[in-house]
Amino acid sequence: MAAVLQVETLFVSYGAVEALKGISLELDEGDIVAVLGSNGAGKTTLLKSISRLLVPRSGSIRLRGADINKFAPYQLIQQGIAHVPEGRKVFATLTVEENLRMGVFGVRTMAPGKEYKKTREWIFRLFPRLLERRKQLAGTLSGGEQQMLAIGRGLISKPSLMLLDEPSLGLAPVIAQEIFRVIRQIHQEEKVSILLVEQNARKALGLARYGYILETGKIAIQGEACDLRNDERVKAAYLGGAKVNISACGSMS
Amino acid sequence: MDTLIQQLINGLTIGSFYALVALGYSMVYGVMKLINFAHGDLFTLGSYIGYTVLVVGASWVTATFGIWGGMAIALVAAMIGIGVAGLVMERIAYRPVYKAGRLPLVVSALGMSFVISQGIMAIWGPNPQAYLSGWTPKDFLQFGNIRVPVLQIAILVLALGLMALIYWLVERTTFGAAIRAAAQDRDTATLMGINFNLIIFFVFALGPALGGMAGVMQGLKYTRISFNMGWLYGLKAFTATILGGIGNIPGAMIGGLLLGVMEALFEGYVSGAWKDVFIFLILILVLIWRPTGLFGEKTAEKV
Ligand SMILES: Nc1ncnc2c1ncn2[C@@H]1O[C@H](COP(=O)(O)OP(=O)(O)O)[C@@H](O)[C@H]1O
Ligand SMILES: [Mg+2]
Repeated sequence: MAAVLQVETLFVSYGAVEALKGISLELDEGDIVAVLGSNGAGKTTLLKSISRLLVPRSGSIRLRGADINKFAPYQLIQQGIAHVPEGRKVFATLTVEENLRMGVFGVRTMAPGKEYKKTREWIFRLFPRLLERRKQLAGTLSGGEQQMLAIGRGLISKPSLMLLDEPSLGLAPVIAQEIFRVIRQIHQEEKVSILLVEQNARKALGLARYGYILETGKIAIQGEACDLRNDERVKAAYLGGAKVNISACGSMS
Repeated sequence: MDTLIQQLINGLTIGSFYALVALGYSMVYGVMKLINFAHGDLFTLGSYIGYTVLVVGASWVTATFGIWGGMAIALVAAMIGIGVAGLVMERIAYRPVYKAGRLPLVVSALGMSFVISQGIMAIWGPNPQAYLSGWTPKDFLQFGNIRVPVLQIAILVLALGLMALIYWLVERTTFGAAIRAAAQDRDTATLMGINFNLIIFFVFALGPALGGMAGVMQGLKYTRISFNMGWLYGLKAFTATILGGIGNIPGAMIGGLLLGVMEALFEGYVSGAWKDVFIFLILILVLIWRPTGLFGEKTAEKV
């Protein structure tokens, strides 16, 4: 499989604070990979660097083999990247529909025509609540609905690569469950490559094929998701030490 | 009763100037979180550009295109001239210091204000200039006992039309939604493919262009213009911006119209000499009791 995203020895700092200290990772076309780690590990910094909202000190990021610096930050959406930021970041004073419309603002081929309407219908089928609230200001939605909107706003550009930053953060378990179900669905049915950043390691490792665990800016552990689920260190630090149903590795191709 | 209607019409006219200038403050603030203190001086510069066109017009613009055509050319010249001036100002006075923080921006804005007003004085002289009455229509419309100059009606209609256009553009179009999105969250807007530099370009061209046109309208209506009038107009329009809620487009329009009407009513019924004091009293009261302005609540986010 061809790599859609390759990050190589990435160093990123905020002034004197080094947030990423030589990260390397890879995401194959159609794959789903999790990046785990506790607060402050550098997960958001990694995604923001991929989207070019931050300028790395050194290292390289390649998108289907091409240096990502070839594209201005606002042009990345045209390259098929959709980044759903941490904390949802919906445009509070815009309506749900306007928020979705913003999701394709930078995609010229998606001017509001048939294709846009079709994609929007699909998103409303994934998240029927958004349909009910389409005329409402996004700031008046509940946290879960805002997350649905944030994901819908990312999906509407029909991305080939999605960067999801803690989509379950602060959500009630039922809602988080629904969000993860949709992520699985868009991965399986639409073949979208997904880089999933999460603190909820249990859920993320249930969904991903491969995982990286970040600790203070470095990759501490990496491996097949099912191996990570059975790893003692991972269990102790990230799965709350609880018993996890041991699934036989290699069974999930 | 007649005084009331007369003052209401006057108030709406001057209020529409405040509103057009307030739109510039509000748009630039909304996107850049920057109060463009030089904005009032761009208004003045616009009125001098209009004046210059009409001075030339005494010989050929007005002669060729007629009185209405001459005024239209003066307005368009100010619109383009001040739009370009706004872009140049952003480039030389603001962009180099964006990263330096708020205070350097304020100092740079005040410096720009000084440069423009002194520049106008250097070019056109320190004495007030006059839009001559020969350049403007002198007809009146008679409604009962009330006589309203046709020119004033035309100015009012044009100003309200411009406001309606801006309202539609910002609140009803996709591009307008992108401006509002960029104003709220630059990084997330960038992720959506919104080019922030394009938004900056837009607000720094359109905001000043509206102010420049208001400058010409002020000259046409009140005939007298002076190099330092931007200070008072700017401050009043800024009051209107705060009154409507800074960063809020409909707020700037309603704030401007409301302030104009209040000023005219105060002038008609209380005291003409004290009207400016009255306006600043309003500014202080709003800042104390409702710093978010009349429409400030709409922008409050649910946390
Ligand atoms: N804007 C910033 N300025 C300074 N330090 C920051 C900034 N954003 C994040 N950091 C620091 O960088 C490190 C990584 O942060 P972040 O990428 O947000 O972690 P995570 O997303 O894994 O919680 C943390 O130590 C954090 O304090
Ligand atoms: Mg984070």
